[in-house]
Amino acid sequence: MSATRYRAPPADALLIHPLDDLYALYHRASGMTHLLASPAPELLELLAERALTRDELLRALIERFEVADADADLLTARLEELVTVGLVHVT
Amino acid sequence: MRHVTSIRVGPIGFRVGSDFAAPIAALRELYADYPTPEIAHFTIRLPATAPWRRLVRPAVRIEGDYMLPETAPLPLAHGLLAAEMAMNLQVALGHRRHLLLHASCVERDGCALLMTGESGSGKSTLATLLGTRGWRFMGDEFVLIDPENGAAHAFPRAISLKNQAIGVIERACPDARFGPLLLGTPKGDIRHLVPPADAIARMDEPAHPALLLFPTFGLAREVRSVGAAEAFVRLTQASTNYTALGERGFRALTRLVDQVPARAIDYPDSEAAIEQVEELWRGL
Repeated sequence: MSATRYRAPPADALLIHPLDDLYALYHRASGMTHLLASPAPELLELLAERALTRDELLRALIERFEVADADADLLTARLEELVTVGLVHVT
Repeated sequence: MRHVTSIRVGPIGFRVGSDFAAPIAALRELYADYPTPEIAHFTIRLPATAPWRRLVRPAVRIEGDYMLPETAPLPLAHGLLAAEMAMNLQVALGHRRHLLLHASCVERDGCALLMTGESGSGKSTLATLLGTRGWRFMGDEFVLIDPENGAAHAFPRAISLKNQAIGVIERACPDARFGPLLLGTPKGDIRHLVPPADAIARMDEPAHPALLLFPTFGLAREVRSVGAAEAFVRLTQASTNYTALGERGFRALTRLVDQVPARAIDYPDSEAAIEQVEELWRGL
């Protein structure tokens, strides 16, 4: 059985604007605005490039953004939140 | 409609009609100094609730291009409030040229102070008082943000004073022109006030937003800084058309909170608030 892969919309489908320590995100497809905290914007950036499994995403997060305390369970929770609000799709 | 008048407030033209003469006459009186619009962007109708209600316990329905199904009719004696509510509703639901913020606004030296908060926060009273103390009154209900350049446009409709604010402003502005006192309306006691002459004469002059203020009345004097994220969230809630504007709204609002400092003030009375405003303004 293949692992679940996650995919985010391409970068030009989103407007992301930093506000203090948070990010305001406008999702063009839904017309919805979201307020996100790190590492959600980083996850969206990685998943916009290609679909990744959770383990691949965890590795990419550590390599690209030097997230030292990346945790698989926390990552799953963040991914599920992004899936729930329609910003990430399961492929 | 048998009785009709047209009014322009800032960039928005209204055509208001009624089966009754009284609300239209009251509007004409209150808006005597306002220009007539070249185009009516919105039409408002205040018909009798039923043909016989023109004579027996006369009441008006609030109708227009945009309507809320649950809006209850008002007695004819509150016809002016019905007109005000209908005008606000058209703008809130139908205006798309600008990002609308439910806020009061005053201007000095080309720079705008925007005040937004819950009903009862005192934003109308503060804007009205500042309008008598060297500031130009730009509106007590909506400020219109241009999505192209971020400028604040005025919407200086007749000021709608509620409950205790009526006495405060009657004492502060004894020479001002007031509408009739409307007692016991669904919004409490209401009295309309004609804005200062310069507010109407200069209503087509935009200003650059320079300070966002979130006032809270009834607490000991305090000022705190409001971050861009909090200001963004508060202003999405204070906007009636943010969602409808889509990407234009997002860009206009993120630019506003990026460029304009935001403060929350608690104040015990209007004089304290005015001092706080002047102090903050000097520190910009």
